[in-house]
Amino acid sequence: MGNQGLLQHLANGISLGSLYALIAIGYTMVYGILRLINFAHGDIFMLGIYITYYGVLFTSIPWWIVFIFASVFTGLIGLLLEKVAYRPLRESPRITILISAIGASFFLQNFGIVVFGGRPKAFPIPNVFNRVVKLGGVSISMITFVIPLVTLLLLLGLTYFITKTKTGMAMRALSKDYETASLMGIDINRIISITFFIGSFLAAVGGIMWGIRYPQLMPLMGVMPGLKCFIAAVIGGIGNITGAVLGGFILGLGEIMLVALLPKLTGYRDAFAFILLIVILLIKPTGLMGEKITEKV
Amino acid sequence: MLKVTNLHVNYGGINALRGIDINIEENQIVTLIGANGAGKSSTLRAIMGLVEKARGKVEYDGEDVTDLPTKDIVKKGMVMVPEGRRVFEDLTVEENLILGAYTRGDFSGIRAEIKNIYDMFPRLKERSWQKAGTLSGGEQQMLAVGRALMVKPKVLMMDEPSLGLAPLLVRDIFEIISRIHSQGNTILLVEQNAKKALEIADYAYVLETGELVLEGPGNELLENSKVQEAYLGEAK
Ligand SMILES: Nc1ncnc2c1ncn2[C@@H]1O[C@H](COP(=O)(O)OP(=O)(O)OP(=O)(O)O)[C@@H](O)[C@H]1O
Ligand SMILES: [Mg+2]
Repeated sequence: MGNQGLLQHLANGISLGSLYALIAIGYTMVYGILRLINFAHGDIFMLGIYITYYGVLFTSIPWWIVFIFASVFTGLIGLLLEKVAYRPLRESPRITILISAIGASFFLQNFGIVVFGGRPKAFPIPNVFNRVVKLGGVSISMITFVIPLVTLLLLLGLTYFITKTKTGMAMRALSKDYETASLMGIDINRIISITFFIGSFLAAVGGIMWGIRYPQLMPLMGVMPGLKCFIAAVIGGIGNITGAVLGGFILGLGEIMLVALLPKLTGYRDAFAFILLIVILLIKPTGLMGEKITEKV
Repeated sequence: MLKVTNLHVNYGGINALRGIDINIEENQIVTLIGANGAGKSSTLRAIMGLVEKARGKVEYDGEDVTDLPTKDIVKKGMVMVPEGRRVFEDLTVEENLILGAYTRGDFSGIRAEIKNIYDMFPRLKERSWQKAGTLSGGEQQMLAVGRALMVKPKVLMMDEPSLGLAPLLVRDIFEIISRIHSQGNTILLVEQNAKKALEIADYAYVLETGELVLEGPGNELLENSKVQEAYLGEAK
């Protein structure tokens, strides 16, 4: 493989890694605050893609406005999911809320099959994304180029939000000590809602770009990316946002490079994530950037 | 200012508080003393809405706040420094202070308040960018008090602020409490350091296994032989 080819794969890996990172953030943020693995997160991602699909095909609104609205709308669905499926169980044993998450996931998948139909649909790709950009002698598709860019902007925005705003500080405080946070006058429910909104919003943005890159839509399409991004979050150290981003990139790049360098192992592409997970957890049980997991009292 | 009537708290089958009555006038320092497990923390936590009240009523400024959620109680101007400091360890000193002002919307006011706190606790200013978890125990206590002052509370409740501090720091903390009081705050102080607490208190309550057994002006209780025997370590 020549240099060109390597750069090409690198670009693809970064692009896939960006998508994984965007989705993994949702897992890690929710876990950080509720100590809950939101099993329905991959299905929220799927909903985001379908909502965009219908928005583009069945309205005359410009595609980019549909993209924005669909992402916000998906964010609100995530917020609603927490209100309906998790909030009433917050005082229950942890296992109850986990089961509720699994139930919510099945529900959304089957909702998708009933409402959207089981047959695959083709994502309507706006023409701009079919263009090819030349970058240092390598030609890559527009979307491969756009994905990391959008991801970078969102990550910068998220970092600003988490580190500089009062709500972001409240989020960090809440992830460590609910009671003291409420003694500051923090509205815990509001912060949790915002967390779910952000996670689902990012999953939707990732989903839309996913749809452009892999334009085949199915109601179960959230399962595998969801699982992998959960793994990415665990690899990075669940609860840690930087870790989730790191995990996403390691997974995306690793997967593409595995296929590129060892084409014979292409069939093991999906297994790669699990193997990596096992290896990393054996070396560092808390994940790359994770701290000791403290039980919430 | 703050009136607690017939407060009961149960944990499962345990009746931790059985009919507590406390009355605090504006600008008073009132202290609540008692042995370990007497129910001092439970009293404060029940007032703040952190634990459920089985019975009883809490009035603040003539208003019934018994069933308000914690965040709304804070908004009304009642703030508590929890037992064991509980600073947000991963956040910087300054971020801790900013969170203390979470319910305040005025940005310049918050800045001015942070400056006030730094004037009061110069140590915190030197460490403003340090993570709170890296502070010493005494510094963390200063931060916990400073954080509570960020909203200019009308009623400040403190749960054993001198706990685990060296004698010199204990003296500092009590000096600070007096200073906060002289600035017009109403204070409810829970202490195991009964002597120091009674010395600065206008009024005091003695709690024993969930019931009030004695009350009176601070200096009177200091002279009380039962108090001296049980809480001041002085023989009859
Ligand atoms: N969350 C809880 N669950 C069960 N029992 C509790 C709980 N919190 C307190 N108790 C019990 O209630 C009683 C009063 O506890 P509380 O913490 O109010 O005492 P305290 O006077 O603050 O003691 P200390 O001086 O040790 O802080 C104790 O017997 C304690 O074991
Ligand atoms: Mg206590």
